[in-house]
Amino acid sequence: MKTFGGPVLFLDRDDINTDEIIPAKYLTELTKEALKPYILEDLKLPGFDQKGEATKQARVIVTRKNFGCGSSREHAPWVFEVNDITAVIAEGYARIFRQNMFNGGMLAIELPKADIDAIFAYASVAGSALAIDIDSKKMCVSGGGKETVIDFTLSPFDEALVRAGGWVEYADAKY
Amino acid sequence: MGQTIAQKIFAAHLRDEPFPGTKVLSLDAVFCHEITTPIAIDDLKARGKDRVFDASKIKAVIDHVTPAKDSKTAMQGKILRDWARQHQIKDFFDIGNNGVCHAIFPEKGFVRPGYTIIMGDSHTCTHGAFGAFAAGVGTTDLEVGILKGVCAFREPKTFRINVSGTLPVGVYAKDIILDIIRRITVNGATDMVVEFGGTVVAGLSMESRMTLCNMAVEAGATSGICAPDMVTVEYLWPFIKSEYASKQAALEAFTKWLPDTDAAYEKTLDVDASTLQPMCTDQFKPDCVVPIAELGDRRVDQIYIGSCTNGRIEDLRQAASILKGRKLADHVRGIVSPATPDIFKQANKEGIIDIFMEAGFCVTNPTCGACLGMSNGVLAEGEVCASTTNRNFNGRMGKGGMVHLMSPASAAASAVTGYLTDPRKLLAESVN
Repeated sequence: MKTFGGPVLFLDRDDINTDEIIPAKYLTELTKEALKPYILEDLKLPGFDQKGEATKQARVIVTRKNFGCGSSREHAPWVFEVNDITAVIAEGYARIFRQNMFNGGMLAIELPKADIDAIFAYASVAGSALAIDIDSKKMCVSGGGKETVIDFTLSPFDEALVRAGGWVEYADAKY
Repeated sequence: MGQTIAQKIFAAHLRDEPFPGTKVLSLDAVFCHEITTPIAIDDLKARGKDRVFDASKIKAVIDHVTPAKDSKTAMQGKILRDWARQHQIKDFFDIGNNGVCHAIFPEKGFVRPGYTIIMGDSHTCTHGAFGAFAAGVGTTDLEVGILKGVCAFREPKTFRINVSGTLPVGVYAKDIILDIIRRITVNGATDMVVEFGGTVVAGLSMESRMTLCNMAVEAGATSGICAPDMVTVEYLWPFIKSEYASKQAALEAFTKWLPDTDAAYEKTLDVDASTLQPMCTDQFKPDCVVPIAELGDRRVDQIYIGSCTNGRIEDLRQAASILKGRKLADHVRGIVSPATPDIFKQANKEGIIDIFMEAGFCVTNPTCGACLGMSNGVLAEGEVCASTTNRNFNGRMGKGGMVHLMSPASAAASAVTGYLTDPRKLLAESVN
């Protein structure tokens, strides 16, 4: 099973789409690793620097509604994975992106707006980080001497995929 | 309580329910193209699982970048080609016989009412026009589909959209779906199947129904779906005539996939088509939609007519009816990509290719082409394209470019004037 949690990359916008996460021109690459430099290349967002330290150090992304809308390209979760970002926390997802995350043994956690707002309160705190515990279904965001603990849920199927390391091994063993 | 079309298809294909609400379905078809399938093939090989569940149910095409533009796309084509040969996938379409996946697979008769279909392409929802459950998936779901013939989905909720009234002249299926996305927004149908119905949908051709279902994903839908009827039977008849005694018999068989009159819908929306105008997107989201007449001062650099949304013969006819005897505006370049070889041939036979060429268009081979900015027709920084495609995301057709989505008629009208243009202005002149 993958590990989850660490420094947070805050992306404060609804409807961030897959073309912004990884532009189509890189879909000619034949390995996940080759995608690494192009993470979020076409995302224009105040304060966001695609090549900045916050992007490099991030292990978790926190964002708003309908994250990952658009293309079915699994290159979107992969570009996060090869940059060591294995968890996304959002108010909601496009279905295919969410499924692609769990199919690859990663987390796409959905939280109500109030909880997302509570995490975003740490956006301006230098060194803020988020720990995720799947067993207890609790995450803890911390920074500037404070911390906030938030409960989350995972569907049993999504959790089984994460624990199995993804859908290919799960399905080949079962069907 | 009755069932929706999607619920009936799910019930008929249920292979397993590993957890409450998670449905693992048996698949009737797995479609593949050269962008998302090669990594699936390589991963299956690396895992020692280089197998296919049923070669007759796997269909493959090279369509996104064809002919190959560089060594990397050549390798993607080669991996798919070699794999199709190795596993004796006979329905494989390569250069000379290839076309846009969501146009060529229905054209070859690979879709039936009641089918379950997946593909590593978000616009797979197009095939719901035939009363199938067809969903776009990522590469991992595609791998499992290829290997095991199954895919997992959440229990489907259904969003019923009724389109009634009379479609005004100059207003088409593309305008209907753009207006629907405007109303329900880009995530208004997330985790739902959109069931399109009503008198206007019943009167639409299969091509127009494909346009509606194609863009369901732009509202977040898992799939779009239309009830099968005599229009569906007529389209499929060349492929099913050995299976049924008559068209009427086929129609009766297809009634098992109709929604029950007391079906339980999560949401419903009624659209009066009589009130619709030619629509167009603005900015970078498919729900930023306004009547094209409101953007009349917007100068365009490129026109693109093609794609899985609007590259079919009906679309080319629609554009040609406006372009006939007219020329592209001086500052505009036009590109048209008929979606399949058969569409190209038909357009040629009807003189439509000549109309496009005399207007000054570049006619390309069947391909996804400019739609997603990874093949031909890429925009330069700051350029604007009037396009019949399905997405206007920032950078979609090239970094710094702006894409306005519209019907083929609106794109043709904009080609002639050089500005975003309501096609009714030119249609009226054509009549006079």
